[in-house]
Amino acid sequence: MKRFFKRAINDLRENQFLAAITVVTIALSILIASAFALFFINAGELLTQWQKGIRMMVYLKPDVSEAARLDTKFRIQGVAGVQEATYISKEEAMERLKGQMPHHSALLENLKENPLPDAFEVTLEAAARDSVQLQFLSERIQALEPVEEVEYGQQWIQRFSSVINLFSIAGYGIGALFFMATVFIVANTIRLVLYSRRDEIEIMRLVGATDRFIKIPFYLEGMIQGALGTTIGLVALYIGYFSLSSHFQPSLASGLLTLRFFPVLVCVSIVAGGTVVGWLGCWISLKQFMK
Amino acid sequence: MIQANSDAIIRMFHVHKRYGNKFALKDVTLEISKNDFLFVTGRSGAGKTTLLKLLYLGEPVTEGQVLIDGMNLSRIGQGRIPVLRRKFGIIFQDYKLILTKTVYENVALVLEAAGRKPRLIDKKVRSVLRTVGMEDRMNALPQSLSGGEQQRVAVARAAVGDPKIILADEPTGSLDEEAAEVIMTFLDDFHARGSTVIVATHDKKLLERRNSRVVQLRDGQLWSDELH
Ligand SMILES: Nc1ncnc2c1ncn2[C@@H]1O[C@H](COP(=O)(O)OP(=O)(O)OP(=O)(O)O)[C@@H](O)[C@H]1O
Ligand SMILES: [Mg+2]
Repeated sequence: MKRFFKRAINDLRENQFLAAITVVTIALSILIASAFALFFINAGELLTQWQKGIRMMVYLKPDVSEAARLDTKFRIQGVAGVQEATYISKEEAMERLKGQMPHHSALLENLKENPLPDAFEVTLEAAARDSVQLQFLSERIQALEPVEEVEYGQQWIQRFSSVINLFSIAGYGIGALFFMATVFIVANTIRLVLYSRRDEIEIMRLVGATDRFIKIPFYLEGMIQGALGTTIGLVALYIGYFSLSSHFQPSLASGLLTLRFFPVLVCVSIVAGGTVVGWLGCWISLKQFMK
Repeated sequence: MIQANSDAIIRMFHVHKRYGNKFALKDVTLEISKNDFLFVTGRSGAGKTTLLKLLYLGEPVTEGQVLIDGMNLSRIGQGRIPVLRRKFGIIFQDYKLILTKTVYENVALVLEAAGRKPRLIDKKVRSVLRTVGMEDRMNALPQSLSGGEQQRVAVARAAVGDPKIILADEPTGSLDEEAAEVIMTFLDDFHARGSTVIVATHDKKLLERRNSRVVQLRDGQLWSDELH
């Protein structure tokens, strides 16, 4: 095996130009594909961070007694998944509304009667923040006697996550396309290499070399190129990511949003994937070339 | 020439070879014994190279059978072709050296392909290069060598694996008399050490000087087979 490696390395040196083209091609497609992946990972992250801020508003029927209200608070807090329920009286709600709409406060002042209901603002535990759980929770709270209506950003969250889901399906599609394109390109450059070395291959066969003996170095070359190209692509992506995030980070420092790169394990698997691409490209072109 | 059947290492039975519609060999039947020294002669285009190619499956026969050292070539699978080829040391008409590899690498390739141990390879390659007087050029690329030198490298490569059969196609074709004589001496050496040697040539001078079996082809047919 060591000898095969030596031959592979020698061959790569002798065919530097083609080898470089292959490596750069792989690097570019990995760069593009993983830039997409990184974008989706961060968008998904954003979604979960927003979900953390999800609250549920529980509006009460008018004229609920103080005792019933307290009872309701305990009951809401007793529902699994609920973190905290804070009472907001309709007066308080009106003040908030005025604060939010300073230009129309005059309009609000003119109201004879406060039209707003009393409410609880309910914060949720992490596990309860997906849309199915939210649905379930809201139904349980809705069932309580003094509760008029439960409201949460249901529609909005669902839409956003379905958009993200759609994007990530598209992302997988794009990833698959890039995978195929890379395999195709690797197969073609290796075919060029094979073609430029057909005399050598023919001579090797004539002196009694087995196909295995001839092919193994090519496979190694493909895999080395795959691994090298992927590594270069990832490093380029990291440099891009780093300059981008250090550019944006100050404005994101509020903690609302943090950009992140692939975890090490994912990087390792991407490089492994690149190696497989190299192998596969080689397999295809060898299959054609060696009839 | 007496040939005991059991001694035959190469047998051709009614072999025909056609390229497209054109016959290159017609009904050739031939037995070659172990440790024979055989010349195949004939004019250009008579089918000498073709005959050699059929032996190592450089080309498949169109009709007939070829047996090499117990292997029936029409029956061996793809996977056994390397085994067949390792029985041969071939000196090609156009040398067929790998131009991107050094003299040493070209010769070593045969043993590497046969899966020999690196230390043995090194020893063997140096020794055979010494024999043909190319040891001091072993790191040169083929293109920097003269025709005679390339021919000697080709001889070294053919001999390095201790093959049972040496095929030489026009081994002296482009060489002057002296250089040609050097090559012939090597072939005589291999013969003396037990190899079967087959030389394709149209060089009449080569035939005159030795007592060998000479097979003559004319338009793809076996014309004569005699001991000179
Ligand atoms: N690959 C091929 N395709 C088609 N025709 C071929 C091929 N190889 C040889 N021939 C033809 O077969 C005939 C025999 O060719 P071959 O090469 O065996 O002759 P030769 O005796 O070796 O000649 P030379 O002395 O010139 O080397 C020739 O007519 C040649 O044109
Ligand atoms: Mg010829």
